[in-house]
Amino acid sequence: MAITFDHVNYMYQPNSPFEAVGLSDVSFTVPSESFTAIIGHTGSGKSTLVQHLNGLLKPTSGTVTVDDFQLTAKTTNKHLKSLHQHVGMVFQFPENQLFDQTVERDIAFGPLNFGFTNEEAMSLAHQAAHDVGLPDELLNRSPFELSGGQMRRVAIAGVLASQPRVLVLDEPTAGLDPRGRAEMMAMFAKLKADQQLTVILVTHQMDDVADYADQALVMAHSNLIKAGTPAEIFADPEWVKAQQLALPTAANFAQHLVTRGFEFDSLPLTAEQLAMQLRGQLPKEGR
Amino acid sequence: MLEQLTLGRYIPGHSWLHRLDPRAKLVLACYFIVIAFLTTNWLTYVLMFAFIGGVIFLTGLSFSYFVRGIGPLIWLIVFTAILQLLFTPGGHIYWHWGILMITSTGIQTSTAVFLRFLLIITMATVLTLTTAPLAIADGVEALLRPLRVIHFPVAQTALMLSVALRFVPTLLDEAQTIMNAQRARGVEFNNGGLIKRLRAIVPLLIPLFVGAIGRADDLATAMESRGYQGATNRTRYRVLKWHNADTIAVVVILVLNIVLVVLRHM
Ligand SMILES: Nc1ncnc2c1ncn2[C@@H]1O[C@H](COP(=O)(O)OP(=O)(O)O)[C@@H](O)[C@H]1O
Ligand SMILES: [Mg+2]
Repeated sequence: MAITFDHVNYMYQPNSPFEAVGLSDVSFTVPSESFTAIIGHTGSGKSTLVQHLNGLLKPTSGTVTVDDFQLTAKTTNKHLKSLHQHVGMVFQFPENQLFDQTVERDIAFGPLNFGFTNEEAMSLAHQAAHDVGLPDELLNRSPFELSGGQMRRVAIAGVLASQPRVLVLDEPTAGLDPRGRAEMMAMFAKLKADQQLTVILVTHQMDDVADYADQALVMAHSNLIKAGTPAEIFADPEWVKAQQLALPTAANFAQHLVTRGFEFDSLPLTAEQLAMQLRGQLPKEGR
Repeated sequence: MLEQLTLGRYIPGHSWLHRLDPRAKLVLACYFIVIAFLTTNWLTYVLMFAFIGGVIFLTGLSFSYFVRGIGPLIWLIVFTAILQLLFTPGGHIYWHWGILMITSTGIQTSTAVFLRFLLIITMATVLTLTTAPLAIADGVEALLRPLRVIHFPVAQTALMLSVALRFVPTLLDEAQTIMNAQRARGVEFNNGGLIKRLRAIVPLLIPLFVGAIGRADDLATAMESRGYQGATNRTRYRVLKWHNADTIAVVVILVLNIVLVVLRHM
């Protein structure tokens, strides 16, 4: 599903002492079945932006278009249910949404709400549990008995089970150890390929942007300040630093190598690109 | 949705009301609530509403903010007033059906209930909007202190109160986050009949409780590891001080009380 933001503004608690700008004139397009990363410092408006994707927040002005669904300030909540189903939303620390007695029933909760029959919901739940790598023997346990990483997988399965076409991930790997993080990112990439999902990822991990994203959106102070491929975003290291962001590890490494006399045609962003460009520049073996 | 509610919320500021001593504010707010029941005729209501209008003006916050903030509670008040209206016998009967009736006494009492309720809620809102939660806890502790004579656990009660007040905004935020997550999974909180709505609350309350209990546990550990002991005589960082402004506030309320009593008999 393609997504378009057209001059979207959002104001938190307008006309009150707590009034705050959430989004300011944001416009962009996300092609269907692409992988988009949203980056920016804390409080820059990333979470506000993604909550517009399934109508949890409605623009104060402007239009959000998801496939053929148009979301404006006037959209009523009654019409949002199909949007909720088609745009799956994994919040920060999603394990906080678990509540049911068993893992299986918690995962099936979404499908049941969206009108699947009990049998369909259970079969979707099993499929989703399998997709996120939860072993079958956990399905009848209480979600509160699981480890933090497993709870997060249950929560993600609970979103996937409703068969969304767009998957929105708000810092899904926050608080995981490096291995858990890598596993989870690989899992999302596989899900995207297997189910032709459109993925929107909010992240502070520049390596994930370099490794997985087709395009990146950079937010600062409620504004969208840059949109482009990761190569375009990271092309100017000084600018990246000024936005309180960082370079991907490989790009950082390459920059240090440049000061030691190495040369690169373009700044490598991933380990593979770095290796390719280093080939031939390294001294031959046996010298 | 939840963020609309103003009762129980604090807005930092430097108005005259913000700077009053919390002890004075607590006592005077309670005093106001008690004398709100002395209202009888329309003159007394005009007086009380004019007074509360003046108090709102002193908070430095806009009137419309109060109106919208109290809005969600209006239905509760209206509901109470309607019950009062339908079940009060006495006086002239205008209409009746089974045990339900509308009488002249009913109209009088339900109007009184409505207006007094409004006064009370507005005053309570003013109190929490202009007093930091910790200041409220300090104030309560100071006011309860005499009860130590009868071995009432004043320090512990105050601690409980300040912890509770401290976590109200946190819990509200968390409730909002969980509601969003469950709405994204197809729960409709504002749709359907009573049973459906009650059922929608379960996926909100359980994670909220789990989170709150976990947090309470962490807090207890943190306090213990820093050597907290409730019963000992603790000195305090914020010392409450009675200023002239507080005395003035007390005098103003006493004058209000006297005028009210005079107007009652007019
Ligand atoms: N419920 C709210 N009420 C008022 N302001 C808010 C609320 N939620 C977020 N904001 C403000 O909106 C801005 C963007 O926040 P957010 O989208 O959460 O940023 P990010 O996810 O990039 O850290 C911040 O300045 C934040 O303070
Ligand atoms: Mg965020």
